[in-house]
Amino acid sequence: MDGNFIKSERLSKLQIDLLNDFQRDFPLCPRPYEKIAEQLGVDEEIVIEHFQQLTEQKYISRLGAVVTPHKAGWSTLAALSVPEDELEEIAEMINACPGVNHNYERSHEFNLWFVVTGADQQTVETTLSEIEAATGYEVLNLPLVEAYQLDLGFPLKWN
Amino acid sequence: MELNHLDKALITAIEDGLPLVSHPYEAVGNMIGLSEEGVIERLQNLIETGVISRFGVVVNHRRVGYRANAMVVWDIPDDDVADAGRCLAELPFVSLSYQRPRRLPDWPYNLFCMIHGREHAAVEGLIEDAARTASLEDVPRAVLFSGRQFKQRGAKYSSGAVREPSHA
Repeated sequence: MDGNFIKSERLSKLQIDLLNDFQRDFPLCPRPYEKIAEQLGVDEEIVIEHFQQLTEQKYISRLGAVVTPHKAGWSTLAALSVPEDELEEIAEMINACPGVNHNYERSHEFNLWFVVTGADQQTVETTLSEIEAATGYEVLNLPLVEAYQLDLGFPLKWN
Repeated sequence: MELNHLDKALITAIEDGLPLVSHPYEAVGNMIGLSEEGVIERLQNLIETGVISRFGVVVNHRRVGYRANAMVVWDIPDDDVADAGRCLAELPFVSLSYQRPRRLPDWPYNLFCMIHGREHAAVEGLIEDAARTASLEDVPRAVLFSGRQFKQRGAKYSSGAVREPSHA
């Protein structure tokens, strides 16, 4: 991944450091923002304020955990093949279902792709059946068989 | 590893993110009846045991500049899929590498990876690099670029539900 293009986003050095340097191994101590502040040479309040702004401006989705698939619940990658003129309406219907957490148009005959999560396999499959009933289209259900690499984050600058 | 109800409650409590307060783990603990120390210990344990694969800032990859995002899928003999999957995983521009089931006749592909970059053309080049590196040049494949993003974040889940890494 080309890590230099964040420059074009007009972010300050502090913002880039906050976005890039704490994607893994976020401090597990009583005052993590103070620890980050010490590392970056600023005050704790500044770190909290900047994380707040970066979240409001949608650079950050959240500060938290990426959970390994099927370690704590169930999930699947699913797809539908729908006519272009129905795509938006059907995407909305899918978004309204519980546990849908990504939903993208993709360049393929299967043109709508989403992830469904739930407490267990049964819950997820029930949601998929509901989506089929609501949309009238058959769902391609592609649960994970094996992961060779998990989400490690997105570098924003060269190390 | 079987998770107990407190682990599940903790994962659910931080699903929308750690609170932006001076003592965030204490705040999370107050939501689910754990001490600050208890929250920190449990998170450490979930990370060490691999339940949590990554703990930290989750960026919106499109917003920070990764605007060309391709899901590349391959139809490779099942006996070869693990080697190829691990080989793809070594590449710095590959963010996920998974085996998933075929659904014949509609869906013949069993190896999935995500390749990210700034521009469409650059990503096309990275896909060729990936195919060469993993000896997949002659393997049937499809490239699915992300288009409109209808949803990037989840609704609230019942206890135990979790978020998968982004397939964008």
